[in-house]
Amino acid sequence: MSKALLYDSTICIGCKQCEGACATQNKLPYNDAIAAEERQSEHKYTVVMTKGDKFMRRLCMHCEHPACASVCPVGAFHKTKEGPVVYDVWKCIGCRYCMATCVFSQPKYEWGSLNPRVRKCIMCPDRVAAGQQTACAEICPTGATKFGDRDDLIREAQDRIRQNPSTYLNRIYGLHEVGGTCVLILSGTKVEDFGYPATEKIGETPMPEYTGRVMERVPDFIPVWSLVLGGIYWISHRRQEVAEAEAHEHKEKKSGGAR
Amino acid sequence: MKFTFWRAVFVVIMVLGLYSTYVRYAHGLGAVTNMTDQFPWGFWIGFDCLCGVMLAAGGFCIVGAVYLFNVQSLRSVMRPAILTAFLGYLLFIVGLLFDLGRPWFIWHQLIYMNPHSVMFEVGMCVMTYTTVLFFEFLPNVFERFHMQKPIKWIHKIYPVLIVLGILLSTLHQSSLGSLYLIMPSKLHPFWYSPALPFFFFGSAVAVGLAMTIFESTQSSKALGRQLELSVLVRLGGALLVALWINALLRFEDYFHRDMLRQIFKPSYEAYFLWLELALSFVIPITLLSFKKVRLSPNGLYLASVISLFGFITNRLNVSLIGFETYVGHHYVPKWTEFSVTLMIVAMGFFLFRMAVKYLPIFPRQEFVGEPAALPNTAPAALSTVLEHAGD
Repeated sequence: MSKALLYDSTICIGCKQCEGACATQNKLPYNDAIAAEERQSEHKYTVVMTKGDKFMRRLCMHCEHPACASVCPVGAFHKTKEGPVVYDVWKCIGCRYCMATCVFSQPKYEWGSLNPRVRKCIMCPDRVAAGQQTACAEICPTGATKFGDRDDLIREAQDRIRQNPSTYLNRIYGLHEVGGTCVLILSGTKVEDFGYPATEKIGETPMPEYTGRVMERVPDFIPVWSLVLGGIYWISHRRQEVAEAEAHEHKEKKSGGAR
Repeated sequence: MKFTFWRAVFVVIMVLGLYSTYVRYAHGLGAVTNMTDQFPWGFWIGFDCLCGVMLAAGGFCIVGAVYLFNVQSLRSVMRPAILTAFLGYLLFIVGLLFDLGRPWFIWHQLIYMNPHSVMFEVGMCVMTYTTVLFFEFLPNVFERFHMQKPIKWIHKIYPVLIVLGILLSTLHQSSLGSLYLIMPSKLHPFWYSPALPFFFFGSAVAVGLAMTIFESTQSSKALGRQLELSVLVRLGGALLVALWINALLRFEDYFHRDMLRQIFKPSYEAYFLWLELALSFVIPITLLSFKKVRLSPNGLYLASVISLFGFITNRLNVSLIGFETYVGHHYVPKWTEFSVTLMIVAMGFFLFRMAVKYLPIFPRQEFVGEPAALPNTAPAALSTVLEHAGD
């Protein structure tokens, strides 16, 4: 069963301890200046944004059908069976197709590096595989970020909405977006105000399907098109051969008749 | 060696390009480009890769016309077209080495394959088609050094090379369009269409024809070569048909997606779309509709160059302009991005010039300085392997 994170922005107090724990876990720099940065970057996998008295966390959504994994020519991204979408820096050639593709704009790049890596939240795969929760969920003092089985978390989110319909918008962001994600968000305000793409914009179709429709035709296309091209080649050259042979015959006949 | 204006320009371009190259590899992509996390694909992808491959399409178009459809009159422009394609692909790979973040791992493509990725298909096509082009180009070298045996050997595999070359080009040109299929929410609806792979292939054919007119006119001017008007006229006619088909496909697409009203409404994107459509379709189709233009070398040249600019605009619209609304800010390439591209283009012109000078790309008697006995050099004058290949 797939693991997931449930982030409830109504419980979040904006303490940013998840940011710090994430930095420690992933050996990223962290200080007051970085804490003040309100956007994700190569050194900030997750961010807690503040707007008035509202908070919102952003991190890789760990899609059920990750576009980054499907577009990577060398398969540097893959989704583990526990749910995290992980990155193998050794394979990466730096084409940045993952960045161009991701609807959540999660992969970030080390633009200043001579051997740049793609950086994004990888959902603490070692901890998750060992049965532990992610660093951000573990440190969260209010339980705003909760780790668990995706199905359980969905049920819990639905319960919370049912019990407090005035607090929440009737919507679990990530439940169906681009085919479902392993980060689920509950909120009292529109997540779109914090930079999340609107559901109607990204749809509920898993992103890999858009290219899959074309890519699955390629294996058939190659032999068929080769045969067609080869056939045309053969016919046009056979025609020429015949024409030449006929012309030759004609000539011989003529010269034979003259003799 | 004379010190001409163009040589001076070439030197300046190379110096600036080499400086940018140094900065690229000494300080990273961030130092030479205006690419950001929001704009991870910039001018190098848009121009060097998308346009570079598109402009190399003449190779497979002319080879296809000559070998598959037996249009013998185009034989005289086939070698320059193959040369252009070969150089185009080599320079595209050079461009890729600048753009990839970790170009030293480019070979990973061969061992860590992900068949679901369009980029994987693109990569495989680049590698294999460049190899095919190399073999298609080789007879020039063998002939130059009078090596008979290898010519015969290549002669034998020529049918395979031709079929493979056209197959790979079909896949490659269209797959560059498929790259964007997975970005429906990011790419502006003027350019995002499920038909993108068809558009990319269709426009590549038109560009292949236009590019062949451009490059044969250009080299005839530079080398004082006698132009074969009949060949140009034929290419011009084919170009007109190709442009019409492309224009109709685009219209169909906008019609089916209910976009016809929107594309006429003024907006930032609409201006770029109008520019693109005017240059790639309206102006060249209008020009070529006049018989007078279709029969004049200058008219054909003008119409071709305008349509080339149009399709270049199209590729830049798809790869850059089409993302600006989504990202929320403009992307303007840094001067170093331009200078690297300029250097690569200049290298292309230089290599073309050198190849034409030292290899039997054009029939010898067509050069000035040698008696131009045959004004309209008959293809029979070419006792080349390409002439007989596959007969």
